[in-house]
Amino acid sequence: MATATFKIWRTHSSAPGDGTYQTFQTEVSEGMVVLDVVHSIQAQQAPDLAVRWNCKAGKCGSCSAEINGNPRLMCMTRMSQLNLSEPVTIEPMRTFPPIKDLVTDVSWNFRVKKGIKKFKPRQPDAPDGTWRMAQRDVDRVQEFRKCIECFLCQDVCHVLRDHNKHDEFIGPRFFVYAANLEMNPLDTEDRVDDLKDAHNIGYCNITKCCTKVCPEHIHITDNAIIPLKERVVSRHYDPVTRLLRMFK
Amino acid sequence: MPADATYTYDVLIVGAGGAGLRAAIEAANAGVTVGLICKSLLGKAHTVMAEGGMAAAMANNDDRDSWKVHFADTMRGGQYVNNWRMAELHAKEAPDRVRELEGWGAVFDRTADGRINQRNFGGHRYPRLAHVGDRTGLELIRTLQDHTVYLGVTVHMEHTVIELLLDGSGRAAGVLAYDREKGRFHVFNAKAVVLATGGVGRAFKVTSNSWEGTGDGHALAFRAGAELIDMEFIQFHPTGMVWPPSVKGILVTEGVRGEGGILKNSEGRRFMFDDIPDNYKPQTASDPEEGWRYVQGDKSARRPPELLTRDHVARCINREVKAGRGSPHGGVFLDIAWIKEKIAGSEEHIKRKLPSMYHQFKELADLDITKTPMEVGPTTHYIMGGIRVDADSQMSTIHGLFAAGECASGINGANRLGGNSLSDLIVFGKRAGEYAAQYARDNPQPRIDDGAVEHGIATSIEPFARGTAGENPYTLQQDLQDTMQSLVGIVRQESEMREAVDRIEGYKERLRRVGVSGGREYHSGWHTAIDLRNLLVVSEAIARSAIERKESRGGHFREDYPEKDPACATFNVSTRPGPGGAMQVSHVPLPPMPDHLKAVVEEQKS
Ligand SMILES: Cc1cc2nc3c(=O)[nH]c(=O)nc-3n(C[C@H](O)[C@H](O)[C@H](O)COP(=O)(O)OP(=O)(O)OC[C@H]3O[C@@H](n4cnc5c(N)ncnc54)[C@H](O)[C@@H]3O)c2cc1C
Ligand code: SF4
Ligand code: SF4
Ligand code: FES
Repeated sequence: MATATFKIWRTHSSAPGDGTYQTFQTEVSEGMVVLDVVHSIQAQQAPDLAVRWNCKAGKCGSCSAEINGNPRLMCMTRMSQLNLSEPVTIEPMRTFPPIKDLVTDVSWNFRVKKGIKKFKPRQPDAPDGTWRMAQRDVDRVQEFRKCIECFLCQDVCHVLRDHNKHDEFIGPRFFVYAANLEMNPLDTEDRVDDLKDAHNIGYCNITKCCTKVCPEHIHITDNAIIPLKERVVSRHYDPVTRLLRMFK
Repeated sequence: MPADATYTYDVLIVGAGGAGLRAAIEAANAGVTVGLICKSLLGKAHTVMAEGGMAAAMANNDDRDSWKVHFADTMRGGQYVNNWRMAELHAKEAPDRVRELEGWGAVFDRTADGRINQRNFGGHRYPRLAHVGDRTGLELIRTLQDHTVYLGVTVHMEHTVIELLLDGSGRAAGVLAYDREKGRFHVFNAKAVVLATGGVGRAFKVTSNSWEGTGDGHALAFRAGAELIDMEFIQFHPTGMVWPPSVKGILVTEGVRGEGGILKNSEGRRFMFDDIPDNYKPQTASDPEEGWRYVQGDKSARRPPELLTRDHVARCINREVKAGRGSPHGGVFLDIAWIKEKIAGSEEHIKRKLPSMYHQFKELADLDITKTPMEVGPTTHYIMGGIRVDADSQMSTIHGLFAAGECASGINGANRLGGNSLSDLIVFGKRAGEYAAQYARDNPQPRIDDGAVEHGIATSIEPFARGTAGENPYTLQQDLQDTMQSLVGIVRQESEMREAVDRIEGYKERLRRVGVSGGREYHSGWHTAIDLRNLLVVSEAIARSAIERKESRGGHFREDYPEKDPACATFNVSTRPGPGGAMQVSHVPLPPMPDHLKAVVEEQKS
């Protein structure tokens, strides 16, 4: 057992920035993760401390926060990874409007998803209504489908965080979602024009900050965003395709 | 105090796990208005954590499989106290329900010929679990969620239902809920209500369930007068993490054993070979070599004893630990690393087959499962018991109140086979949605009694009046969990369970003294106080039902009645509120199985 100090962001109201750090001392035992600490503070010192969580195993993407300034899942951050000789700060994701303490309003993400054209499969391959797909053809899509919607990538993307382009830009999570649809071997929908004009994939300048924080280790930039950008480029800026389109 | 807002839907669904979402899709497709309420954000329900897969006799990997074999396996696993009609519908309809997911964007692992791949799992005769690595639940919930959002279903996230409301005639009429963000109260009027609230794991100390698993649907239905059955049947999953303490209970998928993982005690003995029940002997490997061939897909081989039903494996582990042959942190060893003796490149193989498990142990326990055995022990996982429903329509004993998924009961009998829950969610979620929509079309909007709303609100905010002078809700919750864990756990006996019932009476008293302070916004302490009401109802129902079943069967094991009693195979134990609200326990006779299904069971016995 060791005692450690935590500085946890407590909101005073739901107005952005209206809050202060509250300092807590608590015992830390072997194997504990940051979420355990938050829970023990909740149980013993601050029953009204607000935090979101569900699975406590890195599977649901509920417990996103900024720990010592790094966007992470609280349930997958072990105390032994942190320097406990200094206070550990725990803050909410700063890109989203605050609700209370560590809880933010992520509803924007759910609205964005509705704006992406839905999955539209081709006619089934077999009379019993099923399809045939090889494993190697779905490997790529399965990587994107690992996403647990923790929204940490949205939290770090500067287009959203610093430039507040929420109305124009869907963010890395939804490029992953769009890539999952576009690269599904069964899908027949076309989202390329939307990606360019409605979702503004062009705003992304491939800083890769999103990839670095993804707890599922999805190669967001290399495997999702860049291939989507290539599709946009080859349709809209490639001279041959443009010429063909003019005559269509 | 009146409610802050009112909404009206034809069908109102409580719960956005697999069952609730599937019900919402079906009801929306039937053309009625649908509201969906859930305690967490969309996509975070417990279903997201399911790992191994969903069972459906599609026969993609072994053409000997059929609905009949699946039906017989489910009945055998449930020790024949299942609702046979539900088991039949489930076995017949699961294949179509799984296939349709592919048309909604699910991407399952593939067979060599490009179909949905199916894996072996405990108690299933043939490879039957459609899966995506070890994150099948995520695939299911995301597919349903993404399909639902385009159907015009209104989703109320982070709303908690605290009361089920009836009209004057005793018909379901809607619910009272509060939203976490502001702590405001909302009334939802509905012609039909579907409960899809999941399980009760949080009644126990060691559990694989998230904070949501507090038996809300069970308790809401019970308090409104509905009948619960089979509450004594709790599934303790044999393999939960035991170390470090903060992750105790987190699930280690059965898939580890399906891929060749073996269980050993501190003496290095593969103890599962020492205790194979007679009715499973014909299907169980006679030596480790045969077991290994089985997991490698050799159709002539029989399954290793590690893949016996969960109740049995959990008890064997419990016995080893009690006998002093456990691992350092009070479990036993689960070893997948040993397969390096058998296959080259085993480390990569394990990482590919069990990515989440590799990740989970690496990050949470600092342990590399490709090199070192894991320590595992039983964890409270699933409740077979729940709201009594009609097999075809999923309507409860209250008119207009439907239930589906883990909070409903019947399909699993005394023990659920792995993989049968996810398929249960989509088969009976669909049915609940369909019949709820039909019911809503055939019936007028019922009238909610304002008095009940005001009473519900007043009761729920009482803890604020007591403030910090009151009892800490977390302490009470922990005491209850300790009691259930130690007195109504894996191994039970009458005197201990009576003691548990007495203590629960005391906890009810203490609940009346629970206090919290501060505002109602996103207040976890207050939420816990509200949950406690439900936890106490389900805990009492579990303990009383377990006292009533004087035998051992499936997930229910009694030291004082260690054998199965044929006389007890004829009924389900039922609990319902009696006059004055006290819990009444009775026996509901099982309807006799029709001959054509009996024949199927016999056929598959060999
Ligand atoms: C770790 C783990 C692994 C598993 N693996 C498998 C597997 O491989 N195969 C398998 O078949 N099964 C598996 N199971 C079991 C299976 O996942 C669950 O039984 C199933 O997901 C339950 O689904 P559900 O739809 O009934 O409820 P849940 O998914 O639990 O959803 C319940 C919903 O109800 C809502 N709710 C609850 N109470 C209220 C309330 N008062 N007000 C409003 N909303 C409420 C919740 O917010 C949630 O949305 C696993 C379980 C666990 C824990
Ligand atoms: S790579 Fe693009 S999407 Fe990702 S953080 Fe950078 S700008 Fe945002
Ligand atoms: S892509 Fe990764 S970081 Fe972004 S929401 Fe999904 S899991 Fe989280
Ligand atoms: S609680 Fe589910 S990811 Fe942390």
